[in-house]
Amino acid sequence: MSLTIEDPRVVEFDVQTDEMLVNMGPQHPSTHGVLRLLLRTDGEIVHECTPHIGYLHRCAEKIGENLCAPQWIPYTDRMDYLAAMNMNLGFALTIEKMIGMEVNEKARHLRVFIAELGRIASHLVGMGAYGLDLGTFSPFLYAFREREIILDFFEDICGARLTCSYVTMGGATHDLPESIDVPDGLAALLKIPKGGHKPFFEVIEMFLSWLEKRVAEYHALLTNNAIFIKRTAGIGILTREMAISHGCTGPVLRGSGVDYDLRRDGEPIYTRMYADYDFKVHSAPFKDAPRDVVLGDCWSRFYVRMVELVEAIGIVRQSIPKYQAAEGSHKDTFKFNTKLPKDEVYLETECPRGQMGFYVVGNGTAEPLRTRAKSSCFCNLSITDHICAGVPLADVPAVVGSLDIVMGEIDR
Amino acid sequence: MNINDIHSILLEKFGEAAVGSAPVEATDPWIVVSPESIVEVGTFVRDDERLQFDHLNDLCGCDYFEPDEKKAAKFGHDPHIEVVYNLSSIELKHYLKLKVILPRWKDDVDGQLPEAPSVSTVWKIADWHEREAYDLVGIHFTNHPNLRRILCPEDWVGHALRKDYDFPLEYHGVRGR
Repeated sequence: MSLTIEDPRVVEFDVQTDEMLVNMGPQHPSTHGVLRLLLRTDGEIVHECTPHIGYLHRCAEKIGENLCAPQWIPYTDRMDYLAAMNMNLGFALTIEKMIGMEVNEKARHLRVFIAELGRIASHLVGMGAYGLDLGTFSPFLYAFREREIILDFFEDICGARLTCSYVTMGGATHDLPESIDVPDGLAALLKIPKGGHKPFFEVIEMFLSWLEKRVAEYHALLTNNAIFIKRTAGIGILTREMAISHGCTGPVLRGSGVDYDLRRDGEPIYTRMYADYDFKVHSAPFKDAPRDVVLGDCWSRFYVRMVELVEAIGIVRQSIPKYQAAEGSHKDTFKFNTKLPKDEVYLETECPRGQMGFYVVGNGTAEPLRTRAKSSCFCNLSITDHICAGVPLADVPAVVGSLDIVMGEIDR
Repeated sequence: MNINDIHSILLEKFGEAAVGSAPVEATDPWIVVSPESIVEVGTFVRDDERLQFDHLNDLCGCDYFEPDEKKAAKFGHDPHIEVVYNLSSIELKHYLKLKVILPRWKDDVDGQLPEAPSVSTVWKIADWHEREAYDLVGIHFTNHPNLRRILCPEDWVGHALRKDYDFPLEYHGVRGR
């Protein structure tokens, strides 16, 4: 279609601007780590977006070849530092699958409890940071306020807040505490006196029921906010076929309408963990979506995280009585220097950001021949050049933020 | 569908020259595919109604080599490079592991990277995974649209996940050890 100058509305489009190369990052507030996006822009429109990664590469796979399995657990923490518990679980399950180990019931429910608590914490960051990318600050503060309380729980459980190294082969390093001090943050929010000492699960329940009410507030602040919808609906559309071909997983895949979750569809060693739990896998399209929302756009990916957060609260609630009723110990014996058989095992688990895969090749010694970590964000990030083409420059943070990437996991 | 069924389907379609044996005693059994036919086999397992392996979970290289001569006797593998393709089907929810076995160096000339055809036309994500395998393990993927280093800088020397990799003493004036 040729544009004519007669119509005053099209004059603006007729202005030909020069192509420009714009470097976004390596350190940019909206790229969640050290990521350089090389943008080829024509005026306001991005024609090409090439991600450059590797700034955080710490050779975790090479290090893994010189360490025995329990020693490598802390390295999995540092990959996805926002969901360290889930990463520990993935690697521990891989080694257990390799040596044919099955954890007892108590450890199994403990792991579900801890993994879902980790998922809540991670999705809170995903939600808050995405709001920050789009220029709204309050949800970020609220999300971090809630997440701090979960980290306080982690601190009570294993002594660490961020890089926990808690879930390990055979179960977890420590059992859950019987009673804890109510975290100051939670006490302040609930307006109860600080320094109270209460049974652990009572405090957890206090927190969960409080968090559940807050989710409605997030929906009012972000999900149903007209500006937020305007910035996310119909932008960065990722079709179902493209998502599968590009190996996208987790909320990104489910946001594109693929009903696939490893907690339900994965390998037996992982699905057995969730066998007696009642939970739903949510995928786009959603009935309550605003009018402008298209399947596979930024809003859908964001909303998948929000409903998963609520679902995770439900799973944590279910795990508490199951854990309390279960017999046995929180940890089966796994010797520090257990020799790995001459075998190779690949296992993927459903981490908050997608399917995290570990591939371990054993060689009859304690140190594996090869440890490979396939990260979900690596695959999710690879689609940026496809879904960023043709969007205005201001929408690039919206698109990249909706993938909820953690650069530590991509570079490993 | 178990590994034996998939193996016989592939054998029937491609013949013994292209599809090797499947060790069933391993925890995750795999099927060895010759480098020349990996693209055809990949396209077939992706499109076949019975298989539908449309999701490439992971592609990774692995170096089977023991640089220490004392330990080499106990190592138990001939020196070689493997490219491992972990596939799954979103629809049918089953798994498949394919392997391509390559020599450590092409034509046994030290420093010449072994070659395997790129499967980035079959599964788009293979593009990035192959770049990573090239960068860290040192496998040359022929017909790859953009085979450049992805995690290491472009002027980095060597491939870090090779077992005989020499750690550099310094890089751009920064001491390594």
